[in-house]
Amino acid sequence: MTYLLQQSLNALQLGSIYALIALGYTMVYGILTMINFAHGDLFMVGAFFCFIAATTLKLPFIPTLLFSMIGVGMLGVVIERAAYKPLRQAPRVSAIITALGVGIFLESIVLVIYPYPQSVPVLLPNVTWEIGGVVISSIKIIIILLTIALLLLLDFIVRRTMVGMAMRAISWDKSIVPLMGVPLNFVISFTFFIGTSLGAAAGVMYSQAFPVIDPYMGVLIGWKAFISAVVGGIGNIRGAMIGGFILGIVEIMVVAFLPSTYRDFVAFTLLLVLLIFRPYGILGKPRPQKV
Amino acid sequence: MAASSQKPKRLQGLRNLWESLMQKRWLLPVLLGVGFVLSFAIPQFNLVNPYIQLIMMYVGINIILTTSLNLVNGYMGEFSVGHAGFMSVGAYIAALLSTKVFPVEWIGWLFPFTVLIAGLGTALVGLVVAIPSFKTRGDYLAIVTLAFLMIVKSVIENIEAIGGPRGIPGIYRLTNLPWTFFWTLVTVWVIRNFIYSNFGRGVLSIREDEIASDLMSVNTRTVKLQAFVLSSFFAGVAGALFAHVLQFISPRVFDIVKSTDMLIMVYLGGIGSIAGSIVGATVYTVLLEVLRPLQVWRFVLMPLVLVLLMIYRPRGIMGLREFRWFIPSRDLFARKNWHANREKKEVSDATPAS
Repeated sequence: MTYLLQQSLNALQLGSIYALIALGYTMVYGILTMINFAHGDLFMVGAFFCFIAATTLKLPFIPTLLFSMIGVGMLGVVIERAAYKPLRQAPRVSAIITALGVGIFLESIVLVIYPYPQSVPVLLPNVTWEIGGVVISSIKIIIILLTIALLLLLDFIVRRTMVGMAMRAISWDKSIVPLMGVPLNFVISFTFFIGTSLGAAAGVMYSQAFPVIDPYMGVLIGWKAFISAVVGGIGNIRGAMIGGFILGIVEIMVVAFLPSTYRDFVAFTLLLVLLIFRPYGILGKPRPQKV
Repeated sequence: MAASSQKPKRLQGLRNLWESLMQKRWLLPVLLGVGFVLSFAIPQFNLVNPYIQLIMMYVGINIILTTSLNLVNGYMGEFSVGHAGFMSVGAYIAALLSTKVFPVEWIGWLFPFTVLIAGLGTALVGLVVAIPSFKTRGDYLAIVTLAFLMIVKSVIENIEAIGGPRGIPGIYRLTNLPWTFFWTLVTVWVIRNFIYSNFGRGVLSIREDEIASDLMSVNTRTVKLQAFVLSSFFAGVAGALFAHVLQFISPRVFDIVKSTDMLIMVYLGGIGSIAGSIVGATVYTVLLEVLRPLQVWRFVLMPLVLVLLMIYRPRGIMGLREFRWFIPSRDLFARKNWHANREKKEVSDATPAS
């Protein structure tokens, strides 16, 4: 029982990170119907920004988090303006390939600057409590609470503010809504800013939980976060949150009760089974198709 | 026509030469014959150094992979990211056959069968992946293929009898230039004939609109099954050839990055075009080798080129166009007639009927 509780804590921690990254995928998809495959690498850049802030600038945790989120958010906006905006009218796959290209570019440019894996100093207070045999570390608690705070903030922005209303309107219809005076380019840039800065926050938290970072850490985690976005129903913000936690829980529970090499196998088989029964994800709705 | 007349004069001569070369259909068999002779002559007399021979083999293997992936991603309009998974199945079957099953003194002679069995085995696996594609489409099918890739990798890592995560070392180097050339030729020939056959029309109609083609009595399930099986067969063949060039395979060789490379080659060359696959695979492979002195910087430069190309030519280098050699003559005639009829119609429309 204590073992199960212990593993649930780990599962929530991993799930938070997946959920934060999955949000970036799902927000961009909701507004542009484009899969931003560079998002996993923006997560990695977020971790490296955290490394720079913590070692060179010697900032404490909260400024580091803000530095990384704002820096990567700006980077996301620049990428959108430079690489994706010219392709809005192009076939969808060219945008996807461009995103893959941007991802490889980010990986290699970081590899040029930091050829070896770096270890990030732990900025969070590291205290452990033991309650009934369950070891609780303060880092895990802070990561989970911070994620919940960010998710609530995002939900507030999307549902209660003018920008959020504009975002929902544009994801509903991209051609009519700008005629009503909604600034299309600003809203798309804002979505990219929010999405990528959440990815950067995930990067900072990941580098606090698992302190060794390298330029390729974003590839697999990015694809897994994409999977959790699809499981929740891509384009659906609450779905992405649920999907991230589901994937985190499944992965940790497989590692807890089976040999750890079965982790990917069981996780992906479960996903396939889920997609057979709910082909549009948990919260996604099938779009009617016209002929 | 209007666009070509605006091109600078300097290019006009080159363009005319290209046009007249493309008109001559007898040139294709001649070029193929020369290529086949060269593929024997180059290793025999060491016309170029072994490094360039190796790159030529990689170009051939990549053409096989790109053309077969183009069948699913370009012609059928799906987004499959699991091609490296099929490749790894083929590579493992072939490697096991030639290291464990077949006697050592015979493996050279049995190599064609090794490749063929690897292809057939992979096609069987492709059958399994085709089934989810009946219902799901687009991003969800991308997830299914991605999950397939991860599952294959995970299964291979967990079976100790085939080396587990360590892979299979010590495979003999049986792939040579003539075999690579032969299999590349077979791939291009089969897929080109498939596309221009009745089955191919079904594949194209699924890309344009699945529901509409279903209503026009295209059996979408059969067509998808055929396309997936054919595509995975050639991926398996490429995997078998690849294993016998590299001489060592492990699950790590066939990860998601390998799939990404193939996707880039397909979309760089242009979807829905065999010529595009050939050009894309060749350009990407050769360019990466040429840029090798730049070391890490080549992976900074390469994506930049890719992004710029996508912005200025969103459909890739060839983009739905085809070398005229690959188009069957009856299609060429049909197209010529269609243009002629349209011009006649325009003329008759312009003169008011009295």
